[in-house]
Amino acid sequence: MKNLKMKKEFKVIADLLPNNTRVLDIGCGDGSLMHLLRKEKNIEVRGLELNQDNVKECIYKGLPVIQGNAETELHQFPDKSFDYVVLSQTLQAFYEPEKVLKNLLRIGKSVIISIPNFGYWKVRTKLLLFGEMPVTKTLPNTWYNTPNLHMCTIKDLFNFCDEKNIIIKKVVGVNENKTSLIKKSNLEIKNLFSKVGIFLIS
Amino acid sequence: MPSLAGLFFWMNIKLENIKKLNVTKPLKLDCGKSIKDFPLAYETYGKLNGNKDNAILVFHALTGDQFVTGTNPITNKEGWWVTAVGPGRAIDTNKYFVICANVIGGCMGSLGPKDINPVTKKPYGLDFPVITIKDMIKAQESLLEHLGIKKLLCATGGSMGGMQLLQFCATFPDKTFSAVPIACSSSHSAQNIALNELARQAIMADPVWDNGKYVLKNVQPKNGLAVARMVGHISYLSEKGMQEKFGRKLQEKADYEFSFNADFQVESYLRHQGYAFVERFDANSVLYITRAMDYFDLSKQFKGGLVEAFKNQKTKFLIISFSSDWLYTTKDNKDIVIALNASGADVSYSEIITDKGHDSFLLDEPEFLKTLKGFIDSMYEKFKNEKRI
Repeated sequence: MKNLKMKKEFKVIADLLPNNTRVLDIGCGDGSLMHLLRKEKNIEVRGLELNQDNVKECIYKGLPVIQGNAETELHQFPDKSFDYVVLSQTLQAFYEPEKVLKNLLRIGKSVIISIPNFGYWKVRTKLLLFGEMPVTKTLPNTWYNTPNLHMCTIKDLFNFCDEKNIIIKKVVGVNENKTSLIKKSNLEIKNLFSKVGIFLIS
Repeated sequence: MPSLAGLFFWMNIKLENIKKLNVTKPLKLDCGKSIKDFPLAYETYGKLNGNKDNAILVFHALTGDQFVTGTNPITNKEGWWVTAVGPGRAIDTNKYFVICANVIGGCMGSLGPKDINPVTKKPYGLDFPVITIKDMIKAQESLLEHLGIKKLLCATGGSMGGMQLLQFCATFPDKTFSAVPIACSSSHSAQNIALNELARQAIMADPVWDNGKYVLKNVQPKNGLAVARMVGHISYLSEKGMQEKFGRKLQEKADYEFSFNADFQVESYLRHQGYAFVERFDANSVLYITRAMDYFDLSKQFKGGLVEAFKNQKTKFLIISFSSDWLYTTKDNKDIVIALNASGADVSYSEIITDKGHDSFLLDEPEFLKTLKGFIDSMYEKFKNEKRI
């Protein structure tokens, strides 16, 4: 699944992270992001991944990975044991995303979350004009086999952080190869034109 | 079949011809006693390269020995880990230099209860000091010194081998670049101790055992020892694995015999395993080694527990557990991962899904072997680079 994701997203995440830090990648897939972070930024990486084949792939690459479920096994990481915790496009797939998010903020001094934006105009049009659940490049599954249980928009996550007193340090919108900073002032328009939203919070 | 006494005589002659290091440095044991000038039997496979960066130390389990792969010269049977170690295997002896030593307290050439007590000039029996997992690994450290290996590429072991490895890493934090403890635990649970006690009681209940003094008469409490082995064998398999392998199948007969002979295949299997074991293992060694396992509790040795035990670890760990292992469960193994995580160590973890129970680490379990190989090969590349810098 990770392979299909935009390389651009990893690039943005890498740019948000300072060199020589400690980073935990939740749902690290085959380790592509960890590999990039270690190579380009000398970051001390750790991964958590559910799928056995992906775990094996990370181990082959010499990347430290723990096989486990982020929904139930985040308790194993001590408070503030990482500078950053990264969660790339999986928040919406958890049963209890709020609980997971709380845990991420406990483990990391800062957290980077990316979400497929349900507010993207193509997604909205599909539902509005055709009355069908949207299937796009970032949301490739159909309603009956999607792992996504809690879809949200960039605006939703923005409001959620406000409500829960989570500090938003930076939000980046990604559309194909273009990235742009999202602020309260341009939220409405960016929520319409970003495929993916990347949040740096703490 | 030769008599058991004859067999042991023959085994002892063969044991003269295996690799042994005479450890001259006194070893202070946890029990307070010391041993010195004692033999540590070992075997090596492959070649140590010029940079001395391709050495892998294997720790054996309760009933294992130093003959990891190839043919065991004493028993003429296959080594206990041929599935994982050998030319072209996961731990490739064409590439790596593999070392394994017989634990002290064992009976394959290292100092154990059937050896001669220098004080009494008679076999030790129960006069042999009670040893611990820590004593075992301290003895093996002398071997690394003897072989001129400052830092291992990797150390690995399953079951009690994994416990030795955890102890080795805690005691010598920079002796190995990487470590793969497999299907083990950082301390023996009540159930683990209970099963070991069952094995010990079986041996002690055999009148031939005679408080361990059978060694003086050159006999072996084979009935007790065989039952002890049967207990072990049950704990190494999973319920499902056992059901699939044996079910209620009868042993070469059409119907019940209405007797207490081995009607069922599973009975026949256990009897075979039990009585094959007495030909290669010493009953008192089982007592001593199971005791060492029961006393093992890594967290007890460090104030602050297991996290403290792994403090300042530079070693890169891969912990592997098997889903159907009820002897050293996934939870036991995950607790080690949690402690390593809490101490900030570099740790990977994989749970292999299998029905084959604790024994899985000895079997041809492809996912397990691939993971092991992938880890060790990637660690070798890193270790070489680190050494170059």
